Amino acid sequence: MPQRDSIGFTVLVATVLCVVCSLAVSAAAVALRPLQEQNKVLDRQRNILDAAGLAMGEFGRGASELSKTQIDELYSRVSEKLVDLETGEYVTDLDPKEYDAREAAKKPDMSVEITDPQFDIGVPRREKIARVYFVKNPGSDAIQQVVLPVYGKGLWSTLYGYLALKNDLETIEGLTFYEHAETPGLGGEVDNTKWKAQWVGLALYNDEGVPAAEVAKGPAPEDSEYAVDGLSGATITCRGVTNLVRYWAGPNGYGPFLGQLNKEISGDATVAEPERNIESGVEQYDIDNAGEKEPVGE
Amino acid sequence: MAKSSVTKVLFGPIFDNNPIALQILGICSALAVTTSINVSVVMSIAVVAVVAFSSAAVSAIRHYIPSSIRIIVQMTVIASAVIVVDQVLKAFLYDISKQLSVFVGLIITNCIVMGRAEGFAMKNGVWMSFLDGIGNGLGYGMVLLFVAFFRELFGSGSLFGYELLQLDRNGGWYNPNNLMLLPPSAFFIIGILIWLIRLNKPEQIEES
Repeated sequence: MPQRDSIGFTVLVATVLCVVCSLAVSAAAVALRPLQEQNKVLDRQRNILDAAGLAMGEFGRGASELSKTQIDELYSRVSEKLVDLETGEYVTDLDPKEYDAREAAKKPDMSVEITDPQFDIGVPRREKIARVYFVKNPGSDAIQQVVLPVYGKGLWSTLYGYLALKNDLETIEGLTFYEHAETPGLGGEVDNTKWKAQWVGLALYNDEGVPAAEVAKGPAPEDSEYAVDGLSGATITCRGVTNLVRYWAGPNGYGPFLGQLNKEISGDATVAEPERNIESGVEQYDIDNAGEKEPVGE
Repeated sequence: MAKSSVTKVLFGPIFDNNPIALQILGICSALAVTTSINVSVVMSIAVVAVVAFSSAAVSAIRHYIPSSIRIIVQMTVIASAVIVVDQVLKAFLYDISKQLSVFVGLIITNCIVMGRAEGFAMKNGVWMSFLDGIGNGLGYGMVLLFVAFFRELFGSGSLFGYELLQLDRNGGWYNPNNLMLLPPSAFFIIGILIWLIRLNKPEQIEES
Protein backbone atom coordinates (compact mmCIF):
# COMPACT_ATOMS: atom_id res chain seq x y z
CA MET A 1 0.00 0.00 0.00
CA PRO A 2 1.40 3.38 -0.93
CA GLN A 3 1.90 6.08 1.64
CA ARG A 4 -1.49 6.91 3.20
CA ASP A 5 -1.00 10.65 3.05
CA SER A 6 0.61 10.84 -0.37
CA ILE A 7 -1.15 12.98 -2.96
CA GLY A 8 -1.76 10.06 -5.28
CA PHE A 9 -3.41 7.96 -2.61
CA THR A 10 -5.51 10.87 -1.38
CA VAL A 11 -6.84 11.47 -4.87
CA LEU A 12 -7.49 7.76 -5.30
CA VAL A 13 -9.45 7.51 -2.05
CA ALA A 14 -11.45 10.60 -2.89
CA THR A 15 -12.30 9.27 -6.35
CA VAL A 16 -13.29 5.80 -5.19
CA LEU A 17 -15.38 7.22 -2.37
CA CYS A 18 -17.20 9.60 -4.67
CA VAL A 19 -17.99 6.86 -7.17
CA VAL A 20 -19.23 4.46 -4.49
CA CYS A 21 -21.36 7.08 -2.75
CA SER A 22 -22.87 8.39 -5.95
CA LEU A 23 -23.72 4.86 -7.02
CA ALA A 24 -25.49 4.24 -3.71
CA VAL A 25 -27.40 7.50 -3.88
CA SER A 26 -28.48 7.14 -7.47
CA ALA A 27 -29.45 3.50 -6.97
CA ALA A 28 -31.75 4.53 -4.12
CA ALA A 29 -33.18 7.43 -6.09
CA VAL A 30 -33.88 5.40 -9.21
CA ALA A 31 -35.23 2.34 -7.41
CA LEU A 32 -37.63 4.36 -5.27
CA ARG A 33 -38.78 6.88 -7.88
CA PRO A 34 -41.91 4.97 -9.00
CA LEU A 35 -43.14 4.70 -5.41
CA GLN A 36 -42.45 8.35 -4.76
CA GLU A 37 -44.26 9.47 -7.88
CA GLN A 38 -47.20 7.32 -6.91
CA ASN A 39 -47.24 8.90 -3.46
CA LYS A 40 -47.20 12.36 -4.94
CA VAL A 41 -50.10 11.65 -7.27
CA LEU A 42 -52.06 9.98 -4.49
CA ASP A 43 -51.41 12.93 -2.21
CA ARG A 44 -52.68 15.37 -4.82
CA GLN A 45 -55.78 13.28 -5.42
CA ARG A 46 -56.48 13.14 -1.69
CA ASN A 47 -56.28 16.92 -1.43
CA ILE A 48 -58.64 17.42 -4.34
CA LEU A 49 -61.13 14.95 -2.91
CA ASP A 50 -60.94 16.76 0.42
CA ALA A 51 -61.46 20.16 -1.17
CA ALA A 52 -64.47 18.86 -3.08
CA GLY A 53 -65.81 17.24 0.09
CA LEU A 54 -66.13 13.89 -1.68
CA ALA A 55 -64.26 11.84 0.91
CA MET A 56 -66.41 13.26 3.69
CA GLY A 57 -69.57 12.85 1.66
CA GLU A 58 -69.01 9.23 0.64
CA PHE A 59 -67.09 7.74 3.51
CA GLY A 60 -67.52 10.27 6.33
CA ARG A 61 -63.76 10.51 6.76
CA GLY A 62 -60.99 12.73 5.51
CA ALA A 63 -59.24 11.49 2.39
CA SER A 64 -56.00 10.93 4.33
CA GLU A 65 -57.68 8.02 6.12
CA LEU A 66 -58.88 6.28 2.97
CA SER A 67 -57.09 3.42 1.30
CA LYS A 68 -55.63 3.65 -2.16
CA THR A 69 -58.46 1.67 -3.77
CA GLN A 70 -61.06 3.92 -2.18
CA ILE A 71 -59.19 6.97 -3.45
CA ASP A 72 -58.97 5.45 -6.92
CA GLU A 73 -62.68 4.75 -6.88
CA LEU A 74 -63.59 8.27 -5.79
CA TYR A 75 -61.08 9.87 -8.08
CA SER A 76 -62.58 8.15 -11.09
CA ARG A 77 -65.25 10.85 -10.83
CA VAL A 78 -62.69 13.58 -11.29
CA SER A 79 -61.26 14.63 -14.65
CA GLU A 80 -58.36 16.99 -15.23
CA LYS A 81 -57.88 19.67 -17.86
CA LEU A 82 -55.47 22.46 -18.60
CA VAL A 83 -56.75 25.98 -19.19
CA ASP A 84 -55.08 29.12 -20.42
CA LEU A 85 -55.79 31.61 -17.64
CA GLU A 86 -55.77 34.65 -19.89
CA THR A 87 -58.28 33.47 -22.49
CA GLY A 88 -60.06 30.87 -20.38
CA GLU A 89 -59.77 28.37 -23.24
CA TYR A 90 -58.74 24.77 -22.78
CA VAL A 91 -55.19 23.93 -23.73
CA THR A 92 -54.99 20.76 -25.74
CA ASP A 93 -51.36 20.53 -26.75
CA LEU A 94 -50.01 19.70 -23.29
CA ASP A 95 -50.48 16.53 -21.31
CA PRO A 96 -52.39 17.31 -18.08
CA LYS A 97 -50.70 14.34 -16.43
CA GLU A 98 -47.21 15.64 -17.14
CA TYR A 99 -47.77 19.36 -16.67
CA ASP A 100 -46.33 20.85 -13.48
CA ALA A 101 -47.86 24.24 -12.73
CA ARG A 102 -45.38 25.06 -10.00
CA GLU A 103 -42.43 24.45 -12.29
CA ALA A 104 -44.12 26.51 -14.96
CA ALA A 105 -44.51 29.47 -12.59
CA LYS A 106 -40.72 29.58 -12.33
CA LYS A 107 -40.04 29.54 -16.06
CA PRO A 108 -40.11 32.96 -17.76
CA ASP A 109 -41.77 31.68 -20.93
CA MET A 110 -44.48 29.72 -19.12
CA SER A 111 -45.43 32.41 -16.60
CA VAL A 112 -46.48 36.05 -16.44
CA GLU A 113 -45.55 38.75 -14.00
CA ILE A 114 -48.25 39.78 -11.56
CA THR A 115 -48.32 43.56 -11.82
CA ASP A 116 -50.36 45.89 -9.67
CA PRO A 117 -52.92 43.32 -8.62
CA GLN A 118 -56.19 44.28 -6.98
CA PHE A 119 -55.53 41.58 -4.43
CA ASP A 120 -51.90 40.99 -3.60
CA ILE A 121 -50.99 37.33 -3.24
CA GLY A 122 -47.37 38.17 -2.50
CA VAL A 123 -45.95 36.13 -5.36
CA PRO A 124 -44.14 37.86 -8.24
CA ARG A 125 -45.18 35.53 -11.09
CA ARG A 126 -47.90 33.05 -11.86
CA GLU A 127 -48.12 30.32 -14.46
CA LYS A 128 -49.96 30.99 -17.74
CA ILE A 129 -51.62 27.62 -17.83
CA ALA A 130 -53.36 26.02 -14.86
CA ARG A 131 -54.69 22.56 -14.25
CA VAL A 132 -58.36 22.45 -13.23
CA TYR A 133 -60.46 19.53 -12.07
CA PHE A 134 -64.06 18.64 -12.79
CA VAL A 135 -66.12 16.49 -10.46
CA LYS A 136 -69.02 14.53 -11.91
CA ASN A 137 -71.47 12.11 -10.44
CA PRO A 138 -70.97 8.46 -11.35
CA GLY A 139 -72.63 7.65 -14.66
CA SER A 140 -73.40 11.28 -15.47
CA ASP A 141 -71.68 13.79 -17.66
CA ALA A 142 -72.94 16.91 -15.94
CA ILE A 143 -70.28 18.84 -14.07
CA GLN A 144 -71.08 18.96 -10.37
CA GLN A 145 -68.09 20.87 -9.12
CA VAL A 146 -64.96 22.48 -10.43
CA VAL A 147 -61.79 22.45 -8.31
CA LEU A 148 -59.21 25.19 -8.84
CA PRO A 149 -55.65 25.19 -7.51
CA VAL A 150 -54.92 28.42 -5.62
CA TYR A 151 -51.94 29.78 -3.77
CA GLY A 152 -50.67 32.90 -2.06
CA LYS A 153 -48.47 34.19 0.73
CA GLY A 154 -49.46 33.94 4.37
CA LEU A 155 -47.15 35.05 7.16
CA TRP A 156 -44.20 32.68 6.83
CA SER A 157 -44.92 30.71 3.74
CA THR A 158 -46.85 30.38 0.53
CA LEU A 159 -50.09 28.52 1.12
CA TYR A 160 -51.01 26.06 -1.60
CA GLY A 161 -54.54 24.77 -1.76
CA TYR A 162 -57.65 23.93 -3.73
CA LEU A 163 -60.84 25.92 -4.02
CA ALA A 164 -63.89 23.88 -4.98
CA LEU A 165 -66.90 25.61 -6.56
CA LYS A 166 -70.43 24.36 -7.11
CA ASN A 167 -71.59 24.08 -10.71
CA ASP A 168 -73.25 27.52 -10.46
CA LEU A 169 -69.61 28.72 -10.28
CA GLU A 170 -70.54 31.21 -7.56
CA THR A 171 -70.86 29.09 -4.46
CA ILE A 172 -67.84 27.77 -2.60
CA GLU A 173 -67.93 24.06 -1.97
CA GLY A 174 -64.71 23.86 0.02
CA LEU A 175 -61.24 25.28 0.54
CA THR A 176 -58.28 23.23 1.72
CA PHE A 177 -54.59 23.93 1.95
CA TYR A 178 -52.23 21.06 1.39
CA GLU A 179 -48.96 22.82 1.90
CA HIS A 180 -47.98 25.72 4.13
CA ALA A 181 -45.66 26.49 7.01
CA GLU A 182 -47.79 28.84 9.11
CA THR A 183 -47.42 28.82 12.90
CA PRO A 184 -49.05 25.69 14.29
CA GLY A 185 -52.00 26.62 16.48
CA LEU A 186 -52.30 30.13 15.03
CA GLY A 187 -52.07 30.50 11.25
CA GLY A 188 -51.77 26.73 11.03
CA GLU A 189 -55.42 26.57 12.06
CA VAL A 190 -56.31 26.97 8.38
CA ASP A 191 -56.21 23.17 8.57
CA ASN A 192 -58.84 23.03 11.30
CA THR A 193 -61.82 21.05 9.96
CA LYS A 194 -64.34 23.21 11.82
CA TRP A 195 -62.96 26.35 10.28
CA LYS A 196 -62.79 24.81 6.83
CA ALA A 197 -66.42 23.74 7.16
CA GLN A 198 -67.44 27.42 7.36
CA TRP A 199 -66.39 27.95 3.75
CA VAL A 200 -68.95 25.52 2.44
CA GLY A 201 -71.88 27.34 0.85
CA LEU A 202 -70.28 30.77 0.96
CA ALA A 203 -70.90 33.14 -1.95
CA LEU A 204 -67.71 33.84 -3.86
CA TYR A 205 -68.87 37.01 -5.65
CA ASN A 206 -71.00 39.95 -4.56
CA ASP A 207 -73.92 41.24 -6.63
CA GLU A 208 -71.63 43.20 -8.94
CA GLY A 209 -69.65 40.05 -9.70
CA VAL A 210 -66.57 41.22 -7.78
CA PRO A 211 -64.87 38.56 -5.65
CA ALA A 212 -66.06 39.20 -2.11
CA ALA A 213 -65.48 36.03 -0.09
CA GLU A 214 -63.24 36.79 2.85
CA VAL A 215 -61.90 35.84 6.23
CA ALA A 216 -63.42 38.35 8.66
CA LYS A 217 -61.54 40.07 11.44
CA GLY A 218 -62.86 38.34 14.51
CA PRO A 219 -66.16 36.48 14.22
CA ALA A 220 -67.93 36.76 10.87
CA PRO A 221 -71.02 39.02 10.87
CA GLU A 222 -74.12 36.89 11.39
CA ASP A 223 -75.89 38.00 8.23
CA SER A 224 -72.86 37.87 5.93
CA GLU A 225 -72.90 35.39 3.09
CA TYR A 226 -69.28 36.16 2.17
CA ALA A 227 -67.30 35.83 5.38
CA VAL A 228 -65.88 33.13 7.63
CA ASP A 229 -64.59 33.73 11.17
CA GLY A 230 -61.10 35.12 11.49
CA LEU A 231 -58.48 32.95 13.16
CA SER A 232 -57.32 34.61 16.35
CA GLY A 233 -53.64 35.46 16.43
CA ALA A 234 -53.32 34.96 12.70
CA THR A 235 -54.19 38.31 11.16
CA ILE A 236 -51.63 38.13 8.38
CA THR A 237 -52.40 34.54 7.45
CA CYS A 238 -56.10 35.44 7.28
CA ARG A 239 -55.44 38.46 5.11
CA GLY A 240 -53.35 36.22 2.86
CA VAL A 241 -56.20 33.73 2.54
CA THR A 242 -58.70 36.48 1.69
CA ASN A 243 -56.36 37.90 -0.93
CA LEU A 244 -55.58 34.61 -2.56
CA VAL A 245 -59.22 33.54 -2.78
CA ARG A 246 -60.21 36.89 -4.30
CA TYR A 247 -57.23 37.08 -6.63
CA TRP A 248 -57.78 33.65 -8.11
CA ALA A 249 -61.53 34.22 -8.39
CA GLY A 250 -60.96 37.57 -10.09
CA PRO A 251 -60.20 38.62 -13.66
CA ASN A 252 -56.45 37.97 -13.28
CA GLY A 253 -57.04 34.49 -11.98
CA TYR A 254 -59.70 32.06 -13.11
CA GLY A 255 -62.22 34.77 -14.04
CA PRO A 256 -61.99 34.28 -17.83
CA PHE A 257 -62.08 30.51 -17.49
CA LEU A 258 -65.10 30.59 -15.18
CA GLY A 259 -66.85 32.85 -17.68
CA GLN A 260 -66.22 30.37 -20.49
CA LEU A 261 -67.24 27.46 -18.32
CA ASN A 262 -70.44 29.19 -17.32
CA LYS A 263 -71.42 29.55 -20.98
CA GLU A 264 -70.55 25.94 -21.51
CA ILE A 265 -72.62 24.70 -18.59
CA SER A 266 -75.68 26.91 -19.09
CA GLY A 267 -75.24 27.37 -22.85
CA ASP A 268 -77.48 25.64 -25.37
CA ALA A 269 -79.47 23.36 -23.22
CA THR A 270 -79.00 20.22 -25.27
CA VAL A 271 -76.73 19.67 -22.34
CA ALA A 272 -75.32 16.37 -23.38
CA GLU A 273 -73.71 17.79 -26.52
CA PRO A 274 -71.10 20.16 -25.13
CA GLU A 275 -70.37 17.81 -22.25
CA ARG A 276 -69.65 15.01 -24.66
CA ASN A 277 -67.19 17.25 -26.40
CA ILE A 278 -65.30 17.73 -23.19
CA GLU A 279 -65.14 14.01 -22.67
CA SER A 280 -63.88 13.20 -26.12
CA GLY A 281 -61.45 16.08 -25.82
CA VAL A 282 -59.90 14.45 -22.81
CA GLU A 283 -59.54 11.17 -24.54
CA GLN A 284 -57.97 12.80 -27.50
CA TYR A 285 -55.31 14.31 -25.34
CA ASP A 286 -53.57 11.08 -24.72
CA ILE A 287 -53.62 10.06 -28.32
CA ASP A 288 -52.44 13.45 -29.53
CA ASN A 289 -49.81 13.53 -26.94
CA ALA A 290 -48.16 10.25 -27.57
CA GLY A 291 -46.44 11.83 -30.54
CA GLU A 292 -45.95 15.27 -29.10
CA LYS A 293 -44.55 14.63 -25.68
CA GLU A 294 -40.93 15.27 -26.57
CA PRO A 295 -41.10 18.76 -28.05
CA VAL A 296 -43.74 19.98 -25.60
CA GLY A 297 -42.33 18.48 -22.43
CA GLU A 298 -39.40 20.70 -21.49
CA MET B 1 -9.32 4.58 24.82
CA ALA B 2 -9.90 1.38 26.77
CA LYS B 3 -11.82 -1.46 25.17
CA SER B 4 -15.45 -0.51 25.45
CA SER B 5 -18.09 -3.07 26.30
CA VAL B 6 -21.18 -3.56 24.17
CA THR B 7 -23.63 -2.45 26.85
CA LYS B 8 -21.62 0.63 27.65
CA VAL B 9 -21.38 1.64 24.03
CA LEU B 10 -25.02 0.89 23.32
CA PHE B 11 -26.75 2.20 26.43
CA GLY B 12 -24.23 4.70 27.75
CA PRO B 13 -25.37 7.48 25.43
CA ILE B 14 -28.99 7.17 26.54
CA PHE B 15 -28.52 8.58 30.04
CA ASP B 16 -24.89 8.66 31.15
CA ASN B 17 -23.51 10.35 28.11
CA ASN B 18 -26.53 11.66 26.28
CA PRO B 19 -25.53 13.59 23.17
CA ILE B 20 -28.17 16.29 23.72
CA ALA B 21 -28.34 16.46 27.50
CA LEU B 22 -24.64 16.21 28.31
CA GLN B 23 -22.82 17.13 25.14
CA ILE B 24 -25.52 19.61 24.00
CA LEU B 25 -25.23 18.48 20.37
CA GLY B 26 -28.02 18.38 17.81
CA ILE B 27 -30.26 20.93 19.51
CA CYS B 28 -31.44 22.56 16.28
CA SER B 29 -33.51 19.69 14.99
CA ALA B 30 -34.64 18.83 18.52
CA LEU B 31 -36.42 22.19 18.58
CA ALA B 32 -37.87 21.89 15.11
CA VAL B 33 -39.43 18.45 14.87
CA THR B 34 -40.82 17.89 18.35
CA THR B 35 -44.33 19.32 17.99
CA SER B 36 -45.79 15.85 17.59
CA ILE B 37 -44.71 12.42 18.74
CA ASN B 38 -45.29 10.65 15.44
CA VAL B 39 -42.92 12.95 13.63
CA SER B 40 -40.34 12.68 16.42
CA VAL B 41 -40.41 8.89 16.29
CA VAL B 42 -39.72 8.88 12.57
CA MET B 43 -37.02 11.52 12.95
CA SER B 44 -35.37 9.43 15.70
CA ILE B 45 -35.41 6.32 13.57
CA ALA B 46 -33.92 8.27 10.68
CA VAL B 47 -31.14 9.60 12.90
CA VAL B 48 -30.45 6.14 14.38
CA ALA B 49 -30.13 4.71 10.88
CA VAL B 50 -27.90 7.50 9.66
CA VAL B 51 -25.56 7.52 12.66
CA ALA B 52 -25.29 3.73 12.80
CA PHE B 53 -24.59 3.20 9.12
CA SER B 54 -22.35 6.18 8.60
CA SER B 55 -20.29 5.29 11.71
CA ALA B 56 -19.97 1.71 10.52
CA ALA B 57 -18.93 2.83 7.05
CA VAL B 58 -16.42 5.36 8.32
CA SER B 59 -15.01 2.76 10.69
CA ALA B 60 -14.69 0.22 7.89
CA ILE B 61 -12.53 2.51 5.79
CA ARG B 62 -10.75 4.25 8.66
CA HIS B 63 -7.34 2.73 7.82
CA TYR B 64 -7.52 4.08 4.29
CA ILE B 65 -8.69 7.61 4.96
CA PRO B 66 -5.87 10.11 4.41
CA SER B 67 -5.86 12.48 7.36
CA SER B 68 -5.82 15.56 5.12
CA ILE B 69 -9.29 14.81 3.71
CA ARG B 70 -10.60 13.00 6.78
CA ILE B 71 -13.50 15.34 7.53
CA ILE B 72 -14.69 15.67 3.96
CA VAL B 73 -14.67 11.88 3.56
CA GLN B 74 -16.85 11.56 6.65
CA MET B 75 -19.17 14.25 5.35
CA THR B 76 -19.54 12.46 2.03
CA VAL B 77 -20.43 9.19 3.71
CA ILE B 78 -22.91 10.90 6.02
CA ALA B 79 -24.50 12.91 3.24
CA SER B 80 -25.00 9.78 1.15
CA ALA B 81 -26.62 7.96 4.07
CA VAL B 82 -28.94 10.91 4.69
CA ILE B 83 -30.03 11.11 1.06
CA VAL B 84 -30.80 7.40 1.01
CA VAL B 85 -32.86 7.72 4.21
CA ASP B 86 -34.69 10.73 2.77
CA GLN B 87 -35.54 8.82 -0.40
CA VAL B 88 -36.82 5.85 1.60
CA LEU B 89 -39.03 8.13 3.72
CA LYS B 90 -40.45 9.79 0.63
CA ALA B 91 -41.27 6.39 -0.83
CA PHE B 92 -42.79 4.73 2.22
CA LEU B 93 -43.82 7.41 4.72
CA TYR B 94 -44.85 10.24 2.45
CA ASP B 95 -47.03 12.15 4.92
CA ILE B 96 -44.45 12.24 7.64
CA SER B 97 -41.64 13.03 5.26
CA LYS B 98 -43.68 16.05 4.19
CA GLN B 99 -43.90 17.20 7.79
CA LEU B 100 -40.21 16.62 8.40
CA SER B 101 -39.52 18.46 5.15
CA VAL B 102 -36.07 19.93 5.23
CA PHE B 103 -35.05 18.49 8.58
CA VAL B 104 -34.24 15.06 7.21
CA GLY B 105 -31.75 16.69 4.89
CA LEU B 106 -30.41 18.67 7.81
CA ILE B 107 -29.40 15.47 9.61
CA ILE B 108 -26.24 15.95 7.58
CA THR B 109 -25.38 18.95 9.68
CA ASN B 110 -26.46 17.31 12.92
CA CYS B 111 -23.37 17.52 15.11
CA ILE B 112 -24.09 14.12 16.63
CA VAL B 113 -23.44 12.26 13.39
CA MET B 114 -20.21 14.04 12.63
CA GLY B 115 -19.13 13.90 16.26
CA ARG B 116 -19.53 10.13 16.45
CA ALA B 117 -17.79 9.55 13.13
CA GLU B 118 -14.80 11.66 14.12
CA GLY B 119 -14.77 10.88 17.83
CA PHE B 120 -15.54 7.17 17.88
CA ALA B 121 -15.69 5.46 14.50
CA MET B 122 -12.19 6.61 13.47
CA LYS B 123 -10.70 4.71 16.42
CA ASN B 124 -12.94 1.67 16.81
CA GLY B 125 -14.04 -1.44 14.94
CA VAL B 126 -17.01 -1.65 12.61
CA TRP B 127 -19.36 -3.50 14.94
CA MET B 128 -18.61 -1.25 17.92
CA SER B 129 -19.06 1.85 15.79
CA PHE B 130 -22.36 0.55 14.53
CA LEU B 131 -23.58 -0.03 18.11
CA ASP B 132 -22.24 3.34 19.17
CA GLY B 133 -24.25 4.90 16.36
CA ILE B 134 -27.40 3.13 17.46
CA GLY B 135 -26.80 4.13 21.07
CA ASN B 136 -26.28 7.78 20.25
CA GLY B 137 -29.24 7.80 17.91
CA LEU B 138 -31.37 6.36 20.69
CA GLY B 139 -30.04 8.91 23.14
CA TYR B 140 -31.08 11.63 20.73
CA GLY B 141 -34.43 9.95 20.13
CA MET B 142 -35.08 9.64 23.86
CA VAL B 143 -34.77 13.39 24.32
CA LEU B 144 -36.88 14.03 21.22
CA LEU B 145 -39.68 11.82 22.53
CA PHE B 146 -39.51 13.38 25.99
CA VAL B 147 -39.81 16.87 24.53
CA ALA B 148 -42.45 15.86 22.00
CA PHE B 149 -44.56 14.19 24.70
CA PHE B 150 -44.99 17.45 26.59
CA ARG B 151 -45.22 19.66 23.55
CA GLU B 152 -47.90 17.59 21.88
CA LEU B 153 -49.86 17.00 25.09
CA PHE B 154 -49.96 20.63 26.20
CA GLY B 155 -49.76 22.27 22.79
CA SER B 156 -52.31 20.19 20.90
CA GLY B 157 -53.99 18.22 23.70
CA SER B 158 -53.18 14.95 21.99
CA LEU B 159 -50.66 12.10 21.95
CA PHE B 160 -49.75 10.21 18.77
CA GLY B 161 -52.47 12.29 17.10
CA TYR B 162 -55.26 11.05 19.40
CA GLU B 163 -57.04 13.83 21.20
CA LEU B 164 -56.80 13.32 24.96
CA LEU B 165 -57.61 16.78 26.26
CA GLN B 166 -60.49 18.07 24.19
CA LEU B 167 -59.64 21.50 22.86
CA ASP B 168 -61.94 24.44 23.40
CA ARG B 169 -61.97 25.21 19.68
CA ASN B 170 -63.37 21.72 19.09
CA GLY B 171 -65.99 22.19 21.80
CA GLY B 172 -63.97 20.88 24.75
CA TRP B 173 -62.50 22.47 27.84
CA TYR B 174 -58.77 22.60 27.27
CA ASN B 175 -57.24 25.85 26.11
CA PRO B 176 -53.95 24.80 24.54
CA ASN B 177 -50.69 26.48 25.39
CA ASN B 178 -49.52 27.99 22.13
CA LEU B 179 -46.00 28.49 23.44
CA MET B 180 -45.64 24.71 23.39
CA LEU B 181 -46.09 24.76 19.63
CA LEU B 182 -43.27 27.23 19.14
CA PRO B 183 -39.62 26.21 19.16
CA PRO B 184 -38.59 28.08 22.34
CA SER B 185 -40.67 25.73 24.48
CA ALA B 186 -38.30 22.91 23.55
CA PHE B 187 -35.51 24.92 25.15
CA PHE B 188 -37.38 25.01 28.45
CA ILE B 189 -38.21 21.31 28.32
CA ILE B 190 -34.67 20.29 27.40
CA GLY B 191 -33.42 22.50 30.23
CA ILE B 192 -35.74 20.80 32.70
CA LEU B 193 -34.68 17.39 31.38
CA ILE B 194 -31.01 18.22 31.83
CA TRP B 195 -31.74 19.41 35.35
CA LEU B 196 -33.58 16.15 36.15
CA ILE B 197 -30.76 14.02 34.77
CA ARG B 198 -28.11 15.92 36.67
CA LEU B 199 -30.15 15.75 39.87
CA ASN B 200 -29.78 11.98 39.65
CA LYS B 201 -26.26 11.97 38.26
CA PRO B 202 -24.40 14.78 40.00
CA GLU B 203 -21.16 13.74 38.32
CA GLN B 204 -22.46 15.33 35.10
CA ILE B 205 -22.53 18.80 36.64
CA GLU B 206 -19.82 20.94 35.11
CA GLU B 207 -17.64 23.01 37.39
CA SER B 208 -18.15 26.67 36.99
